[in-house]
Amino acid sequence: MTYFADVAALARKDILLELRSRDTLPAMLLFVVSALVVFHFSLPSDASATASTGLLWIALLFTALLGLGRAFTAEREQRVLDGLVLAPCDRSAIWLAKSLGVLAFLGVAEALALPAYALFFEPVGWELVAAVLLANLGLAAVGTLLAAMAAASRARELLLPLLFLPLVIPVVVGGVGATVVDNPGRYLGFLALYDLIFAILSWASFEYVVAE
Amino acid sequence: MSLRNNRAVLLAAAASVLLVAGLALALFWAPEDADQGFSQRIFYVHVPIALTAYACFGWGAWKALRLLWTRDSRYDLESYTAVHMGVIFGILTLVTGSIWAKISWGVWWTWSERQLTLFLVLFLFYCAYFMLRFSVESGPRRANLSAVYALFGVALIPVSFLAIRLAENFIHPVVFTRDGPQMSGSMFFVFCVCLAAMLGLFASLYTNELMGKRLDARLRELREALE
Amino acid sequence: MIQARGVGRRFASKRVIRDLDFEVRAGELLLVTGPNGSGKSTLLALMAGLLAPTEGEIEVDLPRGRIGYLAHEALVYKELTALENLELYGRLYHVAERRETTGALLERFGLWEVRHQRVGSFSRGMQQRLALCRVLLHDPELLLLDEPYSGLDASARSLVDDVLAEAAGAKTLVVASHEPEHVRPLATQALALA
Repeated sequence: MTYFADVAALARKDILLELRSRDTLPAMLLFVVSALVVFHFSLPSDASATASTGLLWIALLFTALLGLGRAFTAEREQRVLDGLVLAPCDRSAIWLAKSLGVLAFLGVAEALALPAYALFFEPVGWELVAAVLLANLGLAAVGTLLAAMAAASRARELLLPLLFLPLVIPVVVGGVGATVVDNPGRYLGFLALYDLIFAILSWASFEYVVAE
Repeated sequence: MSLRNNRAVLLAAAASVLLVAGLALALFWAPEDADQGFSQRIFYVHVPIALTAYACFGWGAWKALRLLWTRDSRYDLESYTAVHMGVIFGILTLVTGSIWAKISWGVWWTWSERQLTLFLVLFLFYCAYFMLRFSVESGPRRANLSAVYALFGVALIPVSFLAIRLAENFIHPVVFTRDGPQMSGSMFFVFCVCLAAMLGLFASLYTNELMGKRLDARLRELREALE
Repeated sequence: MIQARGVGRRFASKRVIRDLDFEVRAGELLLVTGPNGSGKSTLLALMAGLLAPTEGEIEVDLPRGRIGYLAHEALVYKELTALENLELYGRLYHVAERRETTGALLERFGLWEVRHQRVGSFSRGMQQRLALCRVLLHDPELLLLDEPYSGLDASARSLVDDVLAEAAGAKTLVVASHEPEHVRPLATQALALA
């Protein structure tokens, strides 16, 4: 199917770009660890374990924001996005390829963040890992679309957090809930529902965000 | 043109009548609530305003969908106006809700009020809508971005509501409770009148603002044609 | 092939193009002239489908994959090599015999030696030549060229002359230029924007 061939071609390009410039991923890694260290200093000693869970999710959110802020910078320079939009491929393929890239970056960042969290704060259970993996899908899907929106505006880096944060509040609820509550099934299910709804919505509407 | 004017005037008149009737009924005619007393009456204002805000956002999303479907730029203005009204009614919801909370429980804000929390999240979301609009030049691109965002908004409403309910399990529950009003027949009647009044107010303000904005646009076009 | 009826485009409050009517049939070459800021680039972007008109309609009877658009910017990734950029576009446009076509174009435009260099290190002229490769890669039926000569030295200009000469009659062309002398002999239609 040519659709997936197009996605593969675009994803390949994104990986190549990151390997060349090597700026986004290292920044995300450093940021997430720095954030965790800051949180250690910001939590009073009698803070509960659940408080530190909440802070982990905040760290992950802002690390995602950091990565997403860079998602379309290469396309913005030289207006390459116009070149991609003019190609006969479905515009949603651009979204899918970018989201997969963002997903990969988030995964790598979390591969560092979760062990660091276990080291600094407390052990990481399977529920947290499952919640993080599910949350990644929603964050990448919605974030990529919003990053493209912000890239089309004058305000760019200023706009992305404003658009992003209200939309991902449910992800935080699902993620923290799954980690903290006794039976995480409902929360994991909720995260899956969020992912489904917003991935479909993002996939279908990306066309209108990048083309007139 | 005059037909449209007539409709606008009729709407405004109907809305005014309903508003006056609704408020009068709510203040004087509706039975006193056993638990909360006189202060409960703000319910007749608060909940209709909240429901009207939802209606505004829904209407805005519908117009947004029409825009994306037909690529007709007039839907952009309609969608924007509806969202704009929704934010105004949203602010009123938060304010009336806050007043009600203060009267009932003595606090200006409580997270245990699900509706209020939901509205706060939506309020943030739609404020970002305005930030988005202000930072993009007017034109087809801005119309498209606004429309997509408005659609995300209505998807967010049920998802957020679900999230807030789920969050109550681990976010420290505050001990305030409020029974959903078990409405007697007469209470329900007053509620319906007030709801109709608020919806009428939305319809009237919406029509007026649209007319005004369309006139502005037409004036601008004419001015340019003369240049 | 291209039909424009009452086309206008405004940006914020400024009307850049107003009330254009024209038609371009297959095999024609439309020359668009006008001073800077008269809307030449905007018009070509409208034809390419990158912009939607704010008034009127513009219809292009070709699918996206059969149109080639040369913009002011090269529309290539600075961090990728010339070859990688063309590879990407070759895949996206489903170009048959991608490697051969890419190699032939790079050679024709004198970029074969530097094909493994990052585009970021290219001069303006080299970027423009790469952009020309990109535009011709998928053998489009309609070529929209916005200032094809800009940034090019004499030898590169003759390359563009060749491209135009070859394409005239076989393909449909719209060329925007504020030095139209090279193109005028080939043009079948001219549109002067104020």
